[in-house]
Amino acid sequence: MSSILHQNTLESEAIYIFREVVAQFENPVLLFSGGKDSITLVRLAQKAFYPAKIPFPLMHIDTGHNFPETIHFRDQLVEELGLNLIVRKVQDDIDNGVSIEEKGKYSSRNSLQTNTLLNAIEEFKFDACIGGARRDEEKARAKERIFSIRNDFGEWDEKNQRPEVFDMLNGRIDIGQNVRVFPISNWTELDVWSYIDSENIEIPSIYFAHEREIFERDGLIWTASEYVYKEDHEVTENRRVRFRTVGDITCTAAVESKADSVQKIIQEVRDSAISERGARIDDKRSEAAMETRKQQGYF
Amino acid sequence: MEVLKIATAGSVDDGKSTLIGRLLYDTKSLTSDKIEAIDRVSKKNGLDYLDFSLATDGLVAEREQGITIDVAHIYFSTPKKSYIIADTPGHIEYTRNMVTGASTSQTSIILIDARKGVIEQTYRHFFINNLLRVKEVIVAVNKMDLVNYSEEVFNDIVEDFQDLRAQSNFKDQKLTFIPVSALWGENIAEKSTAMPWYEGQTILEHLEDLKPEDFAEQSQARFAVQTVIRPKTDKFHDYRGYAGKISGSSLKVGDKVSVLPSLKKSTIKEIHFFDESFQEAPAGSSVSITLSDDINVARGDMLVRSSEVPTETKLLDATVCWMDNKALIPGAKYVLQHNTNGILAKIDKVKGHVDSNFGKEEEGSSLHLNDIGSVRIKLSKPIFADSYSVNRSNGRFILVDTQTNTTAGVGFIK
Repeated sequence: MSSILHQNTLESEAIYIFREVVAQFENPVLLFSGGKDSITLVRLAQKAFYPAKIPFPLMHIDTGHNFPETIHFRDQLVEELGLNLIVRKVQDDIDNGVSIEEKGKYSSRNSLQTNTLLNAIEEFKFDACIGGARRDEEKARAKERIFSIRNDFGEWDEKNQRPEVFDMLNGRIDIGQNVRVFPISNWTELDVWSYIDSENIEIPSIYFAHEREIFERDGLIWTASEYVYKEDHEVTENRRVRFRTVGDITCTAAVESKADSVQKIIQEVRDSAISERGARIDDKRSEAAMETRKQQGYF
Repeated sequence: MEVLKIATAGSVDDGKSTLIGRLLYDTKSLTSDKIEAIDRVSKKNGLDYLDFSLATDGLVAEREQGITIDVAHIYFSTPKKSYIIADTPGHIEYTRNMVTGASTSQTSIILIDARKGVIEQTYRHFFINNLLRVKEVIVAVNKMDLVNYSEEVFNDIVEDFQDLRAQSNFKDQKLTFIPVSALWGENIAEKSTAMPWYEGQTILEHLEDLKPEDFAEQSQARFAVQTVIRPKTDKFHDYRGYAGKISGSSLKVGDKVSVLPSLKKSTIKEIHFFDESFQEAPAGSSVSITLSDDINVARGDMLVRSSEVPTETKLLDATVCWMDNKALIPGAKYVLQHNTNGILAKIDKVKGHVDSNFGKEEEGSSLHLNDIGSVRIKLSKPIFADSYSVNRSNGRFILVDTQTNTTAGVGFIK
């Protein structure tokens, strides 16, 4: 038996939040994208309820434009931990006419995820959706509460948020409302990587440096893929890259990198002159791209 | 890595956002794309220098109006520490946000404009830091460049502030005065050459030197049960783990404990974290505890050492900071959330509100948004509470409106 527990402050805070979710809500779900932040959430949830199983399902809002590596990883993790995975597809909403596909050079299904997410919340009557968003990622996210209330249209009322004092989380809601919960709000990109390192957490291979067919547009490195619209004059080439964030293939740009281990990624993040979401095509749409999407119910 | 949480309060005119932006810039925490964005907007606004205040304000309305509406969280790190700044607006109408920001922080930076000295807003910030018992407070006298870096101006402000402190009943609080110019980076991360008369530390040096012991609360252990873990698997058939976060001081295996409110006694059998068990876990740890006896324990219950049972009461006298548009009036009913326990509560008396001029209590029978005042509350069931000055986690509560579900106020038990 080890003698005195030394727990990381951020880890203790996140586990506390997970336990409040399970105690205060009837039907929570963990939004799982296959990215490093949601993978970290799964580990924290595992620790929070051990030796019991994670007491809620995972849900993936699938744009259909995935990196195959992420989907493979997702399915493996779910099987290994005996978790319940729900998948809801943007494609189905497009086929049903609920969502309309964007056209053109910058077309992406990123914002269509919102529709599919809100429909799934209604379908399963989820009252709490746990997500891996962090306050250091983006300026609208810096204003998020840990328990963030959404009305029955999924909208975020950013100017009228519920006060959150000390560690006292108030999850009381009306029928139809739901709460977005962010257990790793206070973690930075570096904190997540340090945790992945110290916990030996497995992550999808696309986070590590690899050869990939890419092309450059607007100073960003885009993946050459059947899902990404490419103009004739845009020439592809093979380059050694990795992904710093993993969204769907149409909204995630790569960065040039030689980092092929978690240790090397940590070093690279430390030295990096560009912010994490600097390679997010979806944030570049306008100064307030994230704030606008969040108001509409985006995760 | 060590994490230090800092609250800053002040209005835009104090240069608060500029100070934070400067801290980020000087610790190389601003990435090149963010600096480019700041440069672009600074130029658009007709400035010939980098407007660091743009590094912090988040919402569209805030950028348009050049004000901070809500608490924003800002992150930076040095090789020694990770820092989290809760950046809060300073206007009186945002008192609730100041309280929110300070409630999760270990240290505060109070900004003073050197040209204006100690003003009403300073009183309010200091009062909130006292109420919340923030142990380490930095008073940054900013815009020293606009008063010719005058030692006399600085000393006068320090003296005024000391007068204020003399009225405070929280004697353990440590105040550190630092003359700075956030705009030019004087005494933020780098020592100012313009103020050779100042021999103290820069803000960053001071923050780097603060240790967890400087904020640690030495009080009795409290363990509020969040949820009961019952795996019901073959391997852990009879396992009942009480999940929660320890506060006050550490708990050990073998400690004789009482379960509140039932007052049933038992002994701590095991302390688990994930798949390991420990002899002892310090305050702040999220763990699962098992007891030697098979007794009924549920969410809302609290484990304490049997020799350290807090007072049982159905009547609370508290200082309340009101956060709701609907005023707090006698007779109103709320759910009082104390740790993980929710109890129906009735407001018995509002005994007056505290003027923002520190300490002076005024008559009054209601509390409006952003008011702070003395309230007596009747509870439908007794709770085991401490005074906030003795035990922070067990001496505070929130009041939840039963109709809107919002967190309407926060209370500090006297």
